[in-house]
Amino acid sequence: MLEQALNGSKRYYALIGVLLIMIIAGGAAYLQQLYYGLGVTGMSRDVTWGLYISQFTFMVGVAASAVMVAIPYYLHDHKAFGPIVILGEFLAVAAVVVCMLFVFVDLGQPARVLNVILHPTPSSVMFWDLCVLAGYLLLNFIIGWTVLGMEKKGFPPPKWVKVLTYVAIPWAISIHTVTAFLYAGLPGRYYWMTAIMAARFLSSAFAAGPALLIILCLVLRRWTSFKTSVEAIQSLAKIVAYAMIANVFFFLLEVFTAFYSQIPGHMAALTYLFAGIDGKDNLVPLMWCAALLALTGITLLVIPKLRRNEKVLVAALGAVFIASWLDKSIGLVLGGFVPNAFGKVTEYIPSGIEIMIILGVYAVGLLLLTILYKVVIAVREQNAGFELDE
Amino acid sequence: MNRRNFIKIMAGAAVGGAAIYKGLDSFGAEAAAGEAQTLPAKHWGMVIDVSKFQGTEDIKQIAAACHQYNNVPDIGKADHEIKWIWQEDFEHTFAELESEYFSEKIQKMQYPVLCNHCENPPCVRVCPTQATFKRADGIVNMDYHRCIGCRFCMAACPFGARSFNFVDPRPHIEKVNPELPTRTKGVVEKCTFCVDRLEKGEMPVCAEVSKGAILFGDLNDPDSEIRKVLGASFFIRRKVELGTGPSVYYVIRGGEASA
Repeated sequence: MLEQALNGSKRYYALIGVLLIMIIAGGAAYLQQLYYGLGVTGMSRDVTWGLYISQFTFMVGVAASAVMVAIPYYLHDHKAFGPIVILGEFLAVAAVVVCMLFVFVDLGQPARVLNVILHPTPSSVMFWDLCVLAGYLLLNFIIGWTVLGMEKKGFPPPKWVKVLTYVAIPWAISIHTVTAFLYAGLPGRYYWMTAIMAARFLSSAFAAGPALLIILCLVLRRWTSFKTSVEAIQSLAKIVAYAMIANVFFFLLEVFTAFYSQIPGHMAALTYLFAGIDGKDNLVPLMWCAALLALTGITLLVIPKLRRNEKVLVAALGAVFIASWLDKSIGLVLGGFVPNAFGKVTEYIPSGIEIMIILGVYAVGLLLLTILYKVVIAVREQNAGFELDE
Repeated sequence: MNRRNFIKIMAGAAVGGAAIYKGLDSFGAEAAAGEAQTLPAKHWGMVIDVSKFQGTEDIKQIAAACHQYNNVPDIGKADHEIKWIWQEDFEHTFAELESEYFSEKIQKMQYPVLCNHCENPPCVRVCPTQATFKRADGIVNMDYHRCIGCRFCMAACPFGARSFNFVDPRPHIEKVNPELPTRTKGVVEKCTFCVDRLEKGEMPVCAEVSKGAILFGDLNDPDSEIRKVLGASFFIRRKVELGTGPSVYYVIRGGEASA
């Protein structure tokens, strides 16, 4: 099937070319980081995790969101999702690869990464996170590739794949729960120390992930033969709306707990993010932008007439996606480091090299996604006219 | 490869493996022989009598001695700074105890801060490779060769006691102490309570050069000097409410008298 990736239009090759150039540029930037150390990034003694780990956190959510297509299709027989289930699974594959790369580029001693396996440590959430992510990657790849292979040959998928699809559903929930536990169990980090962290993570994931998937479906519809039904897109858009409302609701719960209790540690990060502390307010415009985008996105999505207009829909989904990205990969991770252990505020600005590495990692994910989607479309094109009877 | 060759190779590997194992075993024996003069303790702890510091210079000198001995580099850039022991004022050391009515002296005074060698250390719990670990004598130590530099321990430490080598530290060490390791870029480091000195029967550098302001001993032994001091004074620890069990105690004598 993979040979299909070598047989595409000029536009396809142009896209691959651009992604390869980005990967090479990111690789060159990474070599510099490898040589000089993480000092080339904007991270510091006080803000020890920056955009790498925050992108990792965000992309775990995108990976987990494949379940929002899988649950309606596999558990509720929502047939409209049939053709796009595989898009969700392959999006998860690419997203998990991106996650692992972001953790890898964040390591100070990347050559020692296998120590995590050589010295397995059950008390460390990071150990479990790598386990569940690796498992999720395998599950989605095996399911997607097998189903597609059988589809190519004109057979229904084997029964064991069905079992794996059921396993993958709770597994998807687990990857984002465990990722939330990376943060939610650290004494003294009040912004992270909240029992609702995993729920917040999942709700924002189930908004941002399907929003991205719809946009991908619309891109495919415009430029390829893969035509996703209006019904499927509208169903997914409703899921995005519900999830985003839950996400905003959970966030407001945090605001209440912090400001009604008036406990300084709990208020500090939110104050820093939305008003700034001691004149340090780099993130304030970004956070208000996120709030505005979230409300705009929800408004556009809940009004049926607007949601059904696909131009408005794209804007709404873009707003939801960017709002979730700002909230999770800027506010949540960076806000958690404020104030530091001594009640001081240190700000973080990513360096150029850091941003190049990030773009390179995303390009790897996009390349993988492009190739996987290309294979899906090629198989579907070959089989057009030989549709299977369910 | 046929079966005969395979068996030969496997047999060779087994013999070689056994030899290496035996070699490692003799390393263990040597280490045991060296333990004779090690100071014994069940729970090493530190008591800092802040009233004995004459001024901020005292703590700076202690920090300089520690950093020189332990090959702690002077990076010269606050964001990438490596520090094992340093000073903070009252408001920042004991943020949760803040009150405007503390005497001016207490508020203005500087307090040495370092790794608290917690009884229940979150840094050890979160480390994915056990590169940081707690010893039987209560000291939380690091294996710089195992650390992958993920910095999870730095997110988990509520005392800001850990430093990461953002750049190669070696060019920033003025005079290398050959008795102790230097670190490489990309690993985390922190105060070790001078474990190597304890093994030689000596006290940590900070305690030795502090002229009695920093006492070091076994918290588990009711007759130890530090337990006697603790029994006779009022003391505080940083962020006890987090349940990590810091082993560094601050004795703050009569604020009213010294105000």
